[in-house]
Amino acid sequence: MIKAILIFNNHGKPRLSKFYEHYNEDTEQQIIRETFHLVSKRDENVCNFLEGGMLIGGSDYKLIYRHYATLYFVFCVDSSESELGILDLIQVFVETLDKCFENVCELDLIFHVDKVHNILAEMVMGGMVLETNMNEIITQVDAQNKMEKSETFIFQSTRQDR
Amino acid sequence: MALKIVKGSIDRMFDKNLQDLVRGIRNHKEDEAKYISTCIDEIKQELKQDNIAVKANAVCKLTYLQMLGYDVSWAAFNIVEVMSSSKFTYKRIGYLAASQCFHENTDVIMLTTNQIRKDLSSPNQYDTGVALTGLSCFVTPDLARDLANDIMTLMSHTKPYIRKKAVLIMYKVFLKYPESLRPAFPRLKEKLEDPDPGVQSAAVNVICELARRNPKNYLSLAPLFFKLMTSSTNNWVLIKIIKLFGALTPLEPRLGKKLIEPLTNLIHSTSAMSLLYECVNTVIAVLISLSSGMPNHSASIQLCVQKLRILIEDSDQNLKYLGLLAMSKILKTHPKSVQSHKDLILQCLDDKDESIRLRALDLLYGMVSKKNLMEIVKKLMIHVDKAEGTTYRDELLTKIIDICSQSNYQYITNFEWYISILVELTRLEGTRHGHLIASQMLDVAIRVKAIRVFAVAQMATLLDNAHLLTGNMQRNGICEVLYAAAWICGEFSEHLENPVQTLEAMLRPKVATLPGHIQAVYVQNAAKLFATILKNQEGNTDSTAAQETSQMMIDRLPLFVQSANLEVQERASCILQLVKYIQKLQQKDVEVAEEVSALFAGELNPVAPKAQKKVPVPEGLDLDAWINEPPSESESEDEQPKAIFTKEEPKHSRPRHTEVDEKELARRREARKQEQANNPFYIKASPSSQKVYQEAPGVEHIPVVQIDLSVPLKVPGLPMSDQYVKLEEERRQKERAEKKKKEKKKRKEKRSGRGKKHDSGPESEEDITPAHVVDIVTEEMPENALPSDDDDKDPNDPHKALDIDLDNLLETTARRPLADSEKLPVRSHRAAGAPKSSAEDGEAENATPQEPKKKSSKEKRDKKKDKERDRKRSKEEKKKKKHKHEEKEEDLLGGQAEEPVVQSEETKEVEAQPTSTSAEVSDLDFWLSNAPVPSNTQEAATVAEAAPAPEAPAGTAADSEPEEPKDTETEESKSSKHKKKKQKKEKEEKEKKKKKKHHHHHHHHHSDGGGEESVQNGTVEEEEPLPPMSNYCLLAENSYIKMVCDIQGNLQDGSQVVVSVIFENKSDSFLKSMEFNVLDSLNSKLQRPEGSGPHDGLTVPFQLPPGVSNEARFVFTVQSIVMPQKLKGTLTFIVKNEDSSTHEKLDFKLHFTCTSYLITTPCYSDAFAKLLESGDLKSSSVRLEGVNMPFHHLLARICFHHHFSVVERIDSCASMYSRSIQGHHVCLLVKTSGQTVSIDAKCDEPTLLGNVLDEIKQTFSQC
Repeated sequence: MIKAILIFNNHGKPRLSKFYEHYNEDTEQQIIRETFHLVSKRDENVCNFLEGGMLIGGSDYKLIYRHYATLYFVFCVDSSESELGILDLIQVFVETLDKCFENVCELDLIFHVDKVHNILAEMVMGGMVLETNMNEIITQVDAQNKMEKSETFIFQSTRQDR
Repeated sequence: MALKIVKGSIDRMFDKNLQDLVRGIRNHKEDEAKYISTCIDEIKQELKQDNIAVKANAVCKLTYLQMLGYDVSWAAFNIVEVMSSSKFTYKRIGYLAASQCFHENTDVIMLTTNQIRKDLSSPNQYDTGVALTGLSCFVTPDLARDLANDIMTLMSHTKPYIRKKAVLIMYKVFLKYPESLRPAFPRLKEKLEDPDPGVQSAAVNVICELARRNPKNYLSLAPLFFKLMTSSTNNWVLIKIIKLFGALTPLEPRLGKKLIEPLTNLIHSTSAMSLLYECVNTVIAVLISLSSGMPNHSASIQLCVQKLRILIEDSDQNLKYLGLLAMSKILKTHPKSVQSHKDLILQCLDDKDESIRLRALDLLYGMVSKKNLMEIVKKLMIHVDKAEGTTYRDELLTKIIDICSQSNYQYITNFEWYISILVELTRLEGTRHGHLIASQMLDVAIRVKAIRVFAVAQMATLLDNAHLLTGNMQRNGICEVLYAAAWICGEFSEHLENPVQTLEAMLRPKVATLPGHIQAVYVQNAAKLFATILKNQEGNTDSTAAQETSQMMIDRLPLFVQSANLEVQERASCILQLVKYIQKLQQKDVEVAEEVSALFAGELNPVAPKAQKKVPVPEGLDLDAWINEPPSESESEDEQPKAIFTKEEPKHSRPRHTEVDEKELARRREARKQEQANNPFYIKASPSSQKVYQEAPGVEHIPVVQIDLSVPLKVPGLPMSDQYVKLEEERRQKERAEKKKKEKKKRKEKRSGRGKKHDSGPESEEDITPAHVVDIVTEEMPENALPSDDDDKDPNDPHKALDIDLDNLLETTARRPLADSEKLPVRSHRAAGAPKSSAEDGEAENATPQEPKKKSSKEKRDKKKDKERDRKRSKEEKKKKKHKHEEKEEDLLGGQAEEPVVQSEETKEVEAQPTSTSAEVSDLDFWLSNAPVPSNTQEAATVAEAAPAPEAPAGTAADSEPEEPKDTETEESKSSKHKKKKQKKEKEEKEKKKKKKHHHHHHHHHSDGGGEESVQNGTVEEEEPLPPMSNYCLLAENSYIKMVCDIQGNLQDGSQVVVSVIFENKSDSFLKSMEFNVLDSLNSKLQRPEGSGPHDGLTVPFQLPPGVSNEARFVFTVQSIVMPQKLKGTLTFIVKNEDSSTHEKLDFKLHFTCTSYLITTPCYSDAFAKLLESGDLKSSSVRLEGVNMPFHHLLARICFHHHFSVVERIDSCASMYSRSIQGHHVCLLVKTSGQTVSIDAKCDEPTLLGNVLDEIKQTFSQC
């Protein structure tokens, strides 16, 4: 099971947080801070696993992360997940983002966190891996975006002209 | 002007979307909080509007703010509103927001039930998908209960996109509503073979997740997973399955044997590192589960270790890390194979990556031996010096101590060395583990008597130099060591070289700055020291020395009497008075030393930490019994559990008892605190005293000048541990040299040559003798201490609720089928007002007010029917699938078999029966027994044959359905069955001959296979064929027709009995229109098709031409099965001749014996033993005289006629087992001597047992 998925930048600013177990907002922020603290002090060329922090997990949980340019992608998982598998999954996630946003950068994540959530929802559901095939994920995401477009809405059409 | 502002703000309200919000926040970096709070105000305004688009926009922004840490739960209702929008765009926003901030305590969640249900059944798959995704994050027990059925339907949705989501979410539903697991499981299992890989993967995912927590319930799925593993190419699925097998193998070693080969193949063939790694991991798990009797064992380990070495040597840090992680698993069981890679692991200690260093440390723990301990610890000590960061250094410290102290100091050959290591460790700055070092010092000094002299000397130096340890207050953790030092010096003061000096050191004013509990020990041990000194000095002629010591005590102790710590104060003042009195006596020249030292005489023994727990409860003491009877109201509740548990051993009930007690105590304590806090007259502990004496933080407040030492401290006069390493080496070399000499002498006497090899080889463990004879005192345990039975399962673990037996469900040959109450609640259920929980239902009804009430009951019935139909269909399909699968399996294995061609044909033929009749468990056995030996196909065939009772007992699952007798198709199959039987017998004969060769090897395995099988084992040994047996007994006969019948319990249903009647036409006429009727009793009823009255007869579904016989089955429902009973019945039929036809009638009495309620059930001997131990069974016995038949015939008869299976047979004694259709266990112990057979029997139902025994007696009296 995946317990949480976090994306934050090099300064620890959260760009996406998805907890598959309930915490209150303060704890969530603490977890993000703690995770950032743990992850950010690690060198570039060390392994991508580390034993979970105090708040999230305990001994059965691991943090598995990847660092891309300005962003950290962190998955907190328990022992039923394969470590290398999750690393691959992060790669799939990032590549999918790259496809969906066309050369994704931090700004895309900043302004379209809802879209990132929607993409993630096609990959991981309730803490379990739903789909790992990138093409399948993109197909579903695109289909839903198309549907969204076909429904007209007031506030966006006026804005997007600018 | 004002209007403009209003208009502007309205515009903004309309305009600001998520992007604007983000941009705004970025533009207000200095006053972000203020900006956001105005934004939230705006959002509140937006939420008040009627326009759903505006609301959705607001909710979208709230989701973002939630991520930043703002509580948005106040908008929960608005989120629900957005969720229920008909537009997908808004719906998605709503569900996303809900998934981010809803949780079990969000009260509006109960309003969503209907909306979610609506979305789940939406024609648009993405509406459904979004609802499922959202639900997966916030599902509550109520939602799970109400929606389980809807989601289950979605598992068979036409779109794989929905199917996979529905399958996945079922796991969450199970967690929240465990009752749904049993009804949903068959379908979930079906999805393992879904054509869509995504759905399949989801199903694997869910089952793996379930099985990880309760592996034993999923063991029966192993064959299916095995098939998936060998056929799937999806690495994700493979990884999950392989991980699952890792969890299953500890429960079933045979599975492990079967797995090794395909896994090894995968290891060799795969290019995916992730898969390779998981394979290695599971192979390790398999190897751990297997005892070392495997032939290819070491090869597999070697392969794993090799692959792991490659991983560890890889430049990718991730692989390195994982390699070390897996290596530590091998280490537990096969330390030798890991030890050869010590170089690599030591190398990893130098890695720049802390995670890797920590893993390597873990490995070191298991790699030490007597030989290399010093060397490894030396390396670690170097790392300790180099280490930056206290966490890693503390980790090193604990590891050093762990390594040295493991398994009772097994690897330490020189305790002087160890003590000096401990002393060296005290020089660590800022460690938190002072207490750990201290406890080691104490432990070693107490338990290793030989080391005391040395330890005392070291501790005295430590005490003397205490200022170095305590000087820097940041290092306060380490001063715990002084506690140990003071105690050791005091307790073993007779070994001190200069006791006066130590006493002086212990009474220095500086000591008063130590934490209270340490000072207390100082004071107490100063007194001990004092006693020793007196004893030494009194022998001298000069009494002034003794008086001086007393004076010193009197001078110094007042400092401690003034201590703020009560403990210190108390001890100090007590001892001060004592010393003053002693001084008085001394001045009168009275000899006091003897009496003073008597105060501290006697040895203190180490007591095991668990000792207290292990004290057995004395006989006759029932901790659960009330001392005083409780008030009457609770009596009725308590009575029942008592009756159940009184026979159990006390250890079961004890923990529960204490738990309650602890809770109660905690509650009382809390109450007392509360009371004290509220009581103004209660004097609370003064804050100052608390501050000083509570551990670390408090001490910081004591103003002490800090000594900052940049140079690492070296306590003068302390020996370095390195010295010992050298000394030890020298010593060993000397020993070796001596040994060599001796050996050489010996060898010279014998013969020279070969010797060099031995000499140069590394010395083995046994060669190393400890430096001094060490007597490690074991910790004391109470007499008759109970073995450890600590259960560390967390009672709050949600997965505990999912520990549900699923085996019976599989293949729907359910011994325990779904009861009505277990079926998932369908919507109409509640509206109809099920009486189960009216309160809950009331609530739910409030939430769903529109539901039509009257329609519901009809709906319910319809649905049920549908379900039943569904189930039946799926059953049949599954059966087909199963057969196919089994055949494939057979082919697969056939390749390995010695005589594949001949054998596999036979197997296939008989295969059809066992799969449907024998329970799933024996299926697994069957599958597993296929595995190990090449000759096993043959074995399997015999097992398969043996599994169904020779006379085709309950038939296929479908046969026993009540409607079946109408089915004309079955006729053919039945008659063919008779033929088959004959064939089978012939085959058995043949096989017996073949089997004789290998027979002795698999004798034991076989007893699991099935009742008849074990009997056959007996027969083969004694080479006497069994007489033909039949369970069919005459029911009635006249000149036209003969009826014989066999009565069998129904495997599927605890209240059904199937009566198979063979009708034989004895006349020359044609018999037709047969009607079978029975007069129902209160207890037993013939099952009649729906719509017919209680007295209607059943039409026999065939006609009989002259001389022909045929079989029909009738199903009876019985309520109580403990008593045998007789039912009167009639068969009416028409006899048709060429010219005439007459109505005839035959009366019969159907005798339901208790035996017929028993079902042959295999039982493992350990389970059998457990059953007998449980003490729930009542016993009874019977003696049979004059039985004149071989023992194995006797057993065979019992097995055959009374549906038992042999659990174990030793000479002329055998244990047998059977189970009633209602789950009563019946255990027999059959012994024979001469012509007397005694049967001791146990059963949880004495009446049933009595009757069964009577019936057995009768069986043997007849022959």
